[in-house]
Amino acid sequence: MTKYRINKTRFIDQTKTVSFTFDSKEYHGFEGDTLASALLSNGIHLVGRSFKYHRPRGIMSCGSEEPNAICQINDNTDFTEPNVRITEIELYEGLKASSQNCWPNLNFDIGGINNLISPFIPAGFYYKTFMWPKSFWKKIYEPLIRLSAGLGKSPTQPDPDIYDHKHEHCDVLVIGGGISGIISAKIAAKNNLKTILIDDKKILGGSTIYQNNKNFIIDNQKSNEWLMNEISELERLDNLIIKTRTSLAAFHSYNYLLAKENISDHLPLDKKNGGIRQRLWKIRADKVIVAAGAIERPLIFNNNDRPGIILANSVKKYLDFYGVSSGLNNIIFTNNDSAYETAVSLFEKGISVKIIDIRKKSSSNIVKDAEDLGIEIYWNSTVVNTFGYKKIKSIEIMNLSEDGSNVTGNKHKIQCDCLSISGGWTPMVHMHTQSGGKLDFREIDQVFVPSEKSENHINVGSCNGDFELEEIVKNTNNKVKKFLNINESVFDKISVSCSKELEKKNIWLLPNTISEGKTKSFIDFQNDSTAKDIKLALREGFKSIEHVKRYTTTGMATDQGKLSNMHALGIIADTAGVKMGTLGTTTFRPPFTPLTFGAIVGRSVGKFFDVLRKTSIHEWHVQNNAKFENVGQWKRPWYYPINNENLHDAVQRESKTARDSAGILDASTLGKIDIQGSDASEFLNRVYTNAWSKLGIGKCRYGLMLNEDGMVYDDGVTTRLDENHYLMTTTTGGAANVLSKLEDYLQTEWRELDVYLTSVTDHYSTASICGPNSKKILKKLFPNKDFSDEAFPHMSYQDAIIDKIECRIMRISFTGELSYEINIESKYGRSLWENCIKAGEEYKITPYGTETMHLLRAEKGFIIVGQDTDGTMTPIDLQMDWIVSKKKYDFIGKRSLYRSDTIKEDRKQLVGLLTDDPNEILEEGAQIVSELDKKPVKMIGHVTSSYFSPNLNKSIALAVVKGGKKMKGQKLFVPMENKNINVTVSDFIFLDKENKRINA
Amino acid sequence: MFVINCPYCGERDQSEFSCGGEAHIVRPKQPTELSDDEWAEYLFMRKNIKGVQFERWNHAHGCRKWFNMVRDTSNDKIHAVYKMGEKPPVI
Ligand SMILES: [Zn+2]
Repeated sequence: MTKYRINKTRFIDQTKTVSFTFDSKEYHGFEGDTLASALLSNGIHLVGRSFKYHRPRGIMSCGSEEPNAICQINDNTDFTEPNVRITEIELYEGLKASSQNCWPNLNFDIGGINNLISPFIPAGFYYKTFMWPKSFWKKIYEPLIRLSAGLGKSPTQPDPDIYDHKHEHCDVLVIGGGISGIISAKIAAKNNLKTILIDDKKILGGSTIYQNNKNFIIDNQKSNEWLMNEISELERLDNLIIKTRTSLAAFHSYNYLLAKENISDHLPLDKKNGGIRQRLWKIRADKVIVAAGAIERPLIFNNNDRPGIILANSVKKYLDFYGVSSGLNNIIFTNNDSAYETAVSLFEKGISVKIIDIRKKSSSNIVKDAEDLGIEIYWNSTVVNTFGYKKIKSIEIMNLSEDGSNVTGNKHKIQCDCLSISGGWTPMVHMHTQSGGKLDFREIDQVFVPSEKSENHINVGSCNGDFELEEIVKNTNNKVKKFLNINESVFDKISVSCSKELEKKNIWLLPNTISEGKTKSFIDFQNDSTAKDIKLALREGFKSIEHVKRYTTTGMATDQGKLSNMHALGIIADTAGVKMGTLGTTTFRPPFTPLTFGAIVGRSVGKFFDVLRKTSIHEWHVQNNAKFENVGQWKRPWYYPINNENLHDAVQRESKTARDSAGILDASTLGKIDIQGSDASEFLNRVYTNAWSKLGIGKCRYGLMLNEDGMVYDDGVTTRLDENHYLMTTTTGGAANVLSKLEDYLQTEWRELDVYLTSVTDHYSTASICGPNSKKILKKLFPNKDFSDEAFPHMSYQDAIIDKIECRIMRISFTGELSYEINIESKYGRSLWENCIKAGEEYKITPYGTETMHLLRAEKGFIIVGQDTDGTMTPIDLQMDWIVSKKKYDFIGKRSLYRSDTIKEDRKQLVGLLTDDPNEILEEGAQIVSELDKKPVKMIGHVTSSYFSPNLNKSIALAVVKGGKKMKGQKLFVPMENKNINVTVSDFIFLDKENKRINA
Repeated sequence: MFVINCPYCGERDQSEFSCGGEAHIVRPKQPTELSDDEWAEYLFMRKNIKGVQFERWNHAHGCRKWFNMVRDTSNDKIHAVYKMGEKPPVI
């Protein structure tokens, strides 16, 4: 045993030694230790440097509220993690932990200079200092801040761990496995309710599990003994699920809760076996009982942040749970009775202890015990200063004035190696407020307690403001019975006795002889904000607690101000002379403790990140060397390089062949909606801008769909298969949205229409063959069919059979070339495709991808919705007036086409652009200007599509330009980083204006 | 995340639904006869109430039906759910 491991407890197996390193030095602890208890057992208090002033900091608590003791674990491995609370790391063999926020090392840290210049780093320092001059920001301020900011190091490798999500439903969820949670869970489970009890620690029992003081008795046993028996009984209940190492992350409305379970964090790296590291539980509970407990408050006085200053109840837990004494010469500084339990515990183990109490007296049993034991108590006193750089060495105390607002008398110096502080208790109301609950302020002990309005959740125990054992047990029992409609419980007749606190006193900021400006009374330890900072913010005119919080960064560190929020509020209230209850509180947002990104995303990483859709022809594309691009969830062939062709070369070849001979495109990804019903024609009339009633059976028509605001939404060809039967195609990316939009209109606005929509996108595969030789290829594929222009004209469809399989042939064109599309049931897609390739071999048919398709369309000035449009283009802007019916009374978006905004002449309009140098290719997205000299330069448009056309042997581009319709022939400029490109506005149809090729 | 009682499927998680904004804004039968201001009123203006609001919802990852819902936007309490075409309840 080390010098500080002075006690044997049932929670630590002292026969099992565990070795670990901290800042590369090897230490030993025991099984059951946390990293914090193991470090303290080795006499280590100094574990980090503070964020702003780089002051030495030590372990301050024993739980999730810890502001100082955070570290990097397993640095330089794939498993590394920053900002882990030392107080929550279960010790395992081989654990490597290192301190953060210090350079070159913990004991000698250069940033400590900030502490010396701290008078010059007041609240809002960053806001004030780095404002000016503007040019300094990028090169001087930002790199400087980045260098000194941040806590810990992010991992540089992908996370090798596996994370999991799981849904769970239950009748009752109990949050917190302390005494009130255990009572609640037992009552619920014994009454046949499916109950889940979660607790963030390894062992249930909260702070009662190590409460061995003789003043706290339940049914004639010490409260820890009684609770131990209760826990072993719990484990035998059938409908109770106990989840330890599970912390609540969020409490959303309708009792939907997220909890994170640590599954392998406590195991050595070589024992994790590639299993799941953490699991995020998504729990829907009928009833929720919050038994989250309370956090001990610090006291705010000058230099209250030195290593060796620890919350009093944490000192007790280290002693009675882990067997470790935080110091051998202890002083306890308190404003309440609970710290006396720590004093008695220390004294009983033979450790020196003195007490400083700001109260004038206390007559409770526990205080009497301390007095009877002969523990020295300094009443009506306060600490005014502390000494010791890397660990506390001594303190100075003074007497308080009558009203507590000042100090009197002489300073008295006392030596110590540990100062336990206790400023009372703060109920953990975070869960309650996350769920939407409000708070009430309780004047007597200055706490916010839940104001309960919900029928579906309650708060019990100390998170509800019940601090004394007797009221915890009795109130919890009564409240839970009422909440769950239960008449009797096993706890109805138990007897409880405890020491009761009668004298209460609270001073948010303890007085001092030194002027406030020269003290360092820390409120937020992690973000280094002091009482002085808060007062400065108030003097500078900040009033709202939310503003003060942001200006001073109080409560904004990774601990979310668990220890600091109440003091910040208290000091604001005192300074402003208002009642604390009227100030409100800051908002407690989820997660309660930081969540790993892994836990949040769960299994949705890598190939599970999103659904991947492939056409039935996909494998052929892969075998033929296609490069793919993602279009929505679809994988579409982008281009098919031969040998070592790059994108440009492949696309030039594909485009040339498609126009000169034949090309084939996998068009299966286009959305397909089957439309049936006696009102199908009327329906199409209403959703497209052009007229549909007169479209003959067997004919196809291109349609443009608008939003109600008149902007182009989608386009595609629709075929009339029969009197009341149409097949609509949509863009690949728009398919799902178009279907939803159409369903919306049918179900809500046009409920009188007899129309049925079915998505058939996945049902059919589509091969689209284009080029002057396409007719010959079709003839080879369907020898019995008449493909003459008379028998099978452009924009018509016919049924056909290939290899005994029925298919549909549409003579429609994507590219302006003579083209046919063959639709076949998806499972025959690949074989159809291969037949087409075989039949086209003699014409050197080339498969082409989306890039060539875009190029071919751009040559013809065919827009691509989503590329040449962006939700702000009307058909008039696109110079597609021809497709907008003048005769139809109404269609979606019609009225918007002549709103004052949409008829403005200086709207961005679609134009063609030709570069003066035909070999210069514009960048898509590049801005367009008309004047180069005048500043500020006015942007008048941007390039939407740009290619080098092999068929025209020059660069072509589509663009949208303000008032572009009237600019044909005008010279414009496209300014790039190193040059200005001269362009001329042209017609946007670059090739075959007369549409001759379609019937070639 | 709330639980919504789809009038066709019963109680389901909110993640299965999508919200379609304010309910009972009827598309004008004769849009061409409206002034710009009247059309803009239909097209753009929404109340966005803090408190009890009538909304359109779609069971997008379920039966795909649209329906109406009365929700208090300040606390997400759902007061009523009813089918399209049914009269809105008095809240
Ligand atoms: Zn449904």
